[in-house]
Amino acid sequence: MFKRLADSGPAIAITVDGKKVTARAGDTVAAALLAAGIDHCRTTPVTGAPRAPYCLMGVCFDCLVTVDGVGSRQGCLIPVHDGMKVETQLGRREAGR
Amino acid sequence: MIAAADLASSCDLVVIGGGPAGLAAAALAARAGVSTVLFDENPGVGGQIYRAITSTPVSDRAILGEDYWDGAALAAEAKASGALIVNGATVWSLDRQRLVGVSLGGKARLIEAGRVIIATGSQERPFPIPGWTLPGVMTAGAAQTALKAHGLVVGARTVLAGGGPLLWLLAAQTLRAGGTIDAILDTTPRRNWLQAILHLPDFALSPYFAKGLALLREVRGRVRVHRADRIEAVGTDRVREVVFSSGGREQRLPVDLLLLHQGVVPNVNLANAAGVAHVWNDRQLCFVPVLDADFGSSAPGIAVAGDGAGIAGGTAAAERGRIAAIAAVRALKPEAVVPDTQAIRQSLQREEMGRAFLDWLNRPADSFRQPVGDTIACRCEEVTAKQVRDTANMGCEGPNQMKAFLRCGMGPCQGRLCGLTITELIAAERKTSPEEVGYYRLRPPVKPITLAELASLPISEAERKAVER
Repeated sequence: MFKRLADSGPAIAITVDGKKVTARAGDTVAAALLAAGIDHCRTTPVTGAPRAPYCLMGVCFDCLVTVDGVGSRQGCLIPVHDGMKVETQLGRREAGR
Repeated sequence: MIAAADLASSCDLVVIGGGPAGLAAAALAARAGVSTVLFDENPGVGGQIYRAITSTPVSDRAILGEDYWDGAALAAEAKASGALIVNGATVWSLDRQRLVGVSLGGKARLIEAGRVIIATGSQERPFPIPGWTLPGVMTAGAAQTALKAHGLVVGARTVLAGGGPLLWLLAAQTLRAGGTIDAILDTTPRRNWLQAILHLPDFALSPYFAKGLALLREVRGRVRVHRADRIEAVGTDRVREVVFSSGGREQRLPVDLLLLHQGVVPNVNLANAAGVAHVWNDRQLCFVPVLDADFGSSAPGIAVAGDGAGIAGGTAAAERGRIAAIAAVRALKPEAVVPDTQAIRQSLQREEMGRAFLDWLNRPADSFRQPVGDTIACRCEEVTAKQVRDTANMGCEGPNQMKAFLRCGMGPCQGRLCGLTITELIAAERKTSPEEVGYYRLRPPVKPITLAELASLPISEAERKAVER
């Protein structure tokens, strides 16, 4: 797991699936999730398997999350901001959803 | 902050990517008086090698090393040059007419460019082992990005696996930062030395020789290194254990993080979608664009500089960017004064000297590039190696046909994490060459954009009339 070398910047309050998470200014969404020890950020559309950030450089798309209501955003490319609402994504389509 | 509305609808030179090649190219062209825009997807410039160079929270310079801090000068030079540097800008389209589609802050724009330099660099080679999609399995590059950009360092129960310079560099940086690495699983086949040794004299003269030796000494003194010819990540909800063997003897280590690395390959998606011709490079085991001496591609007015032109490292990338920029300036503004390319080419040659040795030595084993059985080849669509092999044996001749059968390469990553694997699997099964098999034919948008972004494109009166009744 990851730990912070030092408090890298001012605290930024975001929510992940409604729960409060403290990120740091300069974090991307994916970095904030990793630092908070969140185990996965989405499930896959084919088998529903859990996925977490893999490449952190915009090529793998495993860190897709819903950010402020917009789905399938690349968490590793989006800087956090105060009050940001992050939701983990269910890959499989469910009836009525 | 620059908004999409502030972007001009045309400019002389568009540089795509803010790593060493893009920064050096933009700086040179702007200083020669060419109107230059640099688009970069990340929150700050630096690319991957100089990731977060202007904002890193890692203040102790010794941790990331002086080679990293070299990037600060490149970033400062580009900033001072007068080039318009736009971060958080995703280029999702480029065509042969050099129309650049870009999104910025949720708004899209199309920009006509006189010349384009693609400097989208490299990505880590796919490393398809059993369990590589489990949470807790990441690339070594990802851990390095976490360190550089966010000051996040890996803790206990971390294992690194693979080969190549970046793996050892990450190990050294992690140890300097007070992180923990339980073990390194070295997958470099010993027989690689047979080819590599022929190029040792050149490598010994290159700047990477002394650095490489120092790095190996630093890491080997503090981390247990095992050889491995088979690696498996084991777990259900996340990785719990790594199982590896060498010569049939199996070992297991408990892990929270397994960091994989098997070298880097050009990030071909944008160039491929723009119609740039590519060719298989058998030494680097990847597709590289076909380029002239100035890094000009088969698409008129479009150059590919940096590691996207074939892997040569960060310092070489900057020199390549400068050469491509000089060619662009000469075409756009013949009267402009530009530096002499001779000195730059000589410096580039020095940088590239050790490359053959590094390529042959770190050439990943077939078994780590061409998976078997239930190992996932395409992460997005969860297509297994066996499915791909069976389909190739049924008569499927290439990756584009394979898409129709299995959907591999059609998920969100657009083949970035399976393209080389699929090509190599088809070639292996059909007993032909990757060159013969070819690569996915990629099409824009090469990055996802929302409908709202597309709808935000400015529409001319003529375009509106064309569809209005």
